Amino acid sequence: MTFLLLQLLTGIAGASALFLVSAGLTVIFGVTRVVNFSHGSLYMLGAYVAWSTLTHLPATPLGFAIGVLATALVLAALGAGLEMALLRRIYRAPELLQLLATFGVVLIVQDATQAIWGAEDLSLPRPAWMRAFVAIGSERFPAYDLLLIAAGPAVLGALWLLLHRTRFGTLVRAATQDREMVAALGVDQRVLFTAVFALGAGLAGLGGVLALPDGSANLQLDLSVITDAFVIVVVGGLGSLTGAYLASLLIGVMQSLGILFVPKLTLVMVFAVMAVVLVVRPQGLLGRAAATVREAAAPPLVRPAPRALRWLAAAALAALIVAPLLVGPFTVSVLTEAMIAVLFACSLHFMMGPGGMPSFGHAAWFGLGAYGAALAATALAWPLPFALLLAPLVAGIIAASFGWFVVRLSGVYLAMLTLAFAQIVWAVAEQWSGITGGDDGILGVWPQGVLARPHIFYWLTLAVGTAGALLLRRALYAPFGYALRGARDSTLRAESIGLPTARLRLVAFAIAGAAAGLAGGLSAYSKGSVFPTYVSIGHSVDALLMVLLGGVQTMSGPIVGAFAYTGLYDTLLLATAQWRLVLGAAIVALVLVFPQGIAGATLPAWRRRAA
Amino acid sequence: MAPARGVSVLAAAGLCKSFGGVPAVRGVSFAVAGGEMLALIGPNGAGKSTCFNMLSGQLRPDAGRVRLDARDITGLAPRRIWRLGVGRTFQITATFASMTVRENVQMALLSHHGDVFRFWCAARHRHVAAADALLAPLGLGPHADIAAGVLAYGDLKRLELAMALANAPRLLLMDEPTAGMAPAERTALMRLTRTLAAERGIAVLFTEHDMDIVFSVADRILVLHQGELIAEGDGSAIRADPRVREVYLGTGATSGGH
Repeated sequence: MTFLLLQLLTGIAGASALFLVSAGLTVIFGVTRVVNFSHGSLYMLGAYVAWSTLTHLPATPLGFAIGVLATALVLAALGAGLEMALLRRIYRAPELLQLLATFGVVLIVQDATQAIWGAEDLSLPRPAWMRAFVAIGSERFPAYDLLLIAAGPAVLGALWLLLHRTRFGTLVRAATQDREMVAALGVDQRVLFTAVFALGAGLAGLGGVLALPDGSANLQLDLSVITDAFVIVVVGGLGSLTGAYLASLLIGVMQSLGILFVPKLTLVMVFAVMAVVLVVRPQGLLGRAAATVREAAAPPLVRPAPRALRWLAAAALAALIVAPLLVGPFTVSVLTEAMIAVLFACSLHFMMGPGGMPSFGHAAWFGLGAYGAALAATALAWPLPFALLLAPLVAGIIAASFGWFVVRLSGVYLAMLTLAFAQIVWAVAEQWSGITGGDDGILGVWPQGVLARPHIFYWLTLAVGTAGALLLRRALYAPFGYALRGARDSTLRAESIGLPTARLRLVAFAIAGAAAGLAGGLSAYSKGSVFPTYVSIGHSVDALLMVLLGGVQTMSGPIVGAFAYTGLYDTLLLATAQWRLVLGAAIVALVLVFPQGIAGATLPAWRRRAA
Repeated sequence: MAPARGVSVLAAAGLCKSFGGVPAVRGVSFAVAGGEMLALIGPNGAGKSTCFNMLSGQLRPDAGRVRLDARDITGLAPRRIWRLGVGRTFQITATFASMTVRENVQMALLSHHGDVFRFWCAARHRHVAAADALLAPLGLGPHADIAAGVLAYGDLKRLELAMALANAPRLLLMDEPTAGMAPAERTALMRLTRTLAAERGIAVLFTEHDMDIVFSVADRILVLHQGELIAEGDGSAIRADPRVREVYLGTGATSGGH
C-alpha cells in the first residue's frame, strides 16, 4: 500500500512539472490563439540556463531559489524577444503556418543549444539538502519531490491571483474571451501579447529548472515535453489553467501508476484518456467553445490545370522517365526519394487542403506502411508486390479506425490529436523491439530480381508515385473531391444539401492514410530498412513543409513542393552540419515571405496568362 | 383564420425549445400547404430562427412534432430532412466559396442524384444543363463561372435559393431571404419565389423584416411574439388584429405600416 502511495506521490510531483509547461502553453494560446510549438524548446532552454546558473551559484536552498528565479526571468525575456521578432508578424496567418513557423524556431533552438552547451546530457550535481528524504510508512520519499508537489498548486494559485486580482489579469481574461472586443476598447494589444508570451515563456523556464534536479538538460527535452503539453492542454481544454492542472494530475498519475502495471503501454494509455475526453467533451475537461473565431480568408477557386501547365507536367514526366539513362546513381536515388516524397505530400494535401483537416502527424501512416511492408518482406518473406500492397492496406485500415475520432474535431485540436497519435506509433516502434527492432530498425528489406537494380526500382517508384498522385488528383476533381471541399467550405451548407460531412472526411482521411502508407512501403524497399525516425515529428513536418512550400490551396502545390523540398534538403545536408538551423530559418522565412507557397504565389500569374 | 389552400405539406404541432431554461419557442403549431407562401414574422428575439432550425433539423425540439407529408421528421439530421424534400436558405448565407456559382448548384444536384461517393468522373461536367436551368430564372446565368466567394451579397442569396431548389423540394424554408438586398431586388426575388412556388406546388415558409414584402407576397402570415404564436391569417386580418398592433406595430400605429 505504501508503495502505491509513493508511486502516486511521484506521479503528482511529475504532474507539477507537466503543469508548469502546459500552463504557459495554454495562457499563450488563450490570448494569442497561437499554438506555440517552440514552447518545449523554451522548457529545454530553461533546463540548460538553469544548469549554467545553478552550477555557478552556491549549492544551498537560497542559491537554488535565486537560480530558479533568474532562469524564469531569462526565459521570460527570451519569450518577449521571440514574440516581438516573429510571432507578432504571424498572428493573422493561418493556424498551420503559425505552428510551422514555431516549429522552425524549434529547429533553430536545437542547433543553437547544441552549439552553446554541446551534445552531452548535463545533469546537476545534487547537493545534500536536495538528497534528503522523508519517511512515509516504511519507505522513504525524496523531499525535493514534495517541493515539486507543492509547486503545482502554488503556481496555479499565484496565476489565479494574477489573473483575477490585477488589471493585467483582467485584460488577459477579457482577451481570452474576445480579443477583437478588447482591441476595440482601446487596449494596446501588442504590449498585452508580448507580456502574455513572456509570462508563458517564464512558466516554461520554471518547469525546466524545477525538473532539472530529477533529470538532466538534454536535446530531446523539447519534443518530448511539447507532446505531453499538447496532450494536457487538449485534455484540460485550450486556455483553461485549472483544466491544465487537472489534466496534468490525470496524466502524471497515470504515467507513474501505468509504469507499474503495463510499462510498455503508458503512452497508449495517455492517448486513450485523451481520446475518451475528446469524444465525451470535444472542448476538453474545462474548456469552453471559443466565443470568437477569426474570420478565415475565403479559399480560392479551384480550376482544372491550364493547358500550358499540363504540357509542362507531361514534359517533366518524360524527363523523369528518361532520367536514369542520363544521370548517375546518386541522382537516381535522389529522384527515387523525390517520387516517394511526391506521393507522401499529395496524400497529406488530400486531407489537409480540400479536406480541411490539418495533420501534424502524417508520418504515422507513412511509418505504418513502411513497417507493414518491411515486416511482410522479412518476417513473412512475402514478395515485393504483396508486401507493397499490404502497406496501404495496413495504414488505410488503421487510419479509418483512428479517423473516427479525428473527423469530429477541427483545426488545432485535430492537428494535435494527429500529432499525439503519431507519437504513439513512434513510441510503439521504439519500445516494441521484439517486432520492430526498436532503435535498430528492420534491416534487409531489399527488392528481389530485376527490381534490385536501382534504376528499375526507380521506374517502379515513378510509376506507382505518379499513378498514386494522379488518382488522388482525379478524386479531387470528381464528385467526391467537390463534396469534400464543400464540407470544408461550409459544413452548414453541406449538411443542408444532404452531404454526409463526417463520412466524407473519414473516407478522405483513410485514403490519405493509405496513400501515405504506400509511400512508406516504397521507402522501406528503397532504403532497404525501416527506423522509428520514419514516424518522428520531424518526418511529419517534412510532409507539411512540402505541402505548404508548394501551396496548400493549389492542386499542383504538393508535387512542386515535394521536388523543391527534396532538392533543398539534400543540398543542405551535403552543404552544412547546421542543417537544422538553416532549415528552421528557411521555414520561418517561408512563412513570413511566402504564406501562399510557391505554386500559390505563381498561380495568379498562370491564370493571367491563361485568360 | 384563413384556411390553408390544398393539402398541407408541413405541419408543426406544439413545438417547444428552451435555451438554458429560457424558453425561446413555446407551443407553436401551424401548417403550410403546397404552393402557399407563409410568412413568419415577429420582433427580434421572437423565436423565428429557432422555429426554423427545429423544422430543418439544426435543433431538436424539446417537445412537439414536425410532420412532412404526414411523415414524422422530428429530430432528424438536416441532411435527412433535405433528402425528404426540404430546401433551406440561411439568414447569413452559406455557400461553397472555393467553387463557381454553377459548381455550387452542381454540388447540390450531385448530392440529389446520389453521386457523392464517385471518385473517377469529372464533377464539373455533370448536371451542367440542369444547373444552368436552375440559375437562369434567378438571373444568375451571367455569373455562372464566377467564384461564389466573391459574389455580391444579393447574388449569394439568390444562389442559395437555386441550391435549395436543386432537389425539387416540397418545402422551402427561407430565413430572411432578402436581407442585405436592394429594395427593388427584394420584391423581385420574392415575386419570383412566389411564381416558382405556384408553378411547382412548393410550400414556402419565410421570415422577413420588410413588411411591404410580407404583405404583398404572403398568402398567410404567422405572428410570433416571445416564442408564442399570437396571430395567424391573411394580410388584412393581421393588420386588423389588435394584439399584433399592440406588440408588433406599436399601440399608436394607425396603419399597417404601408
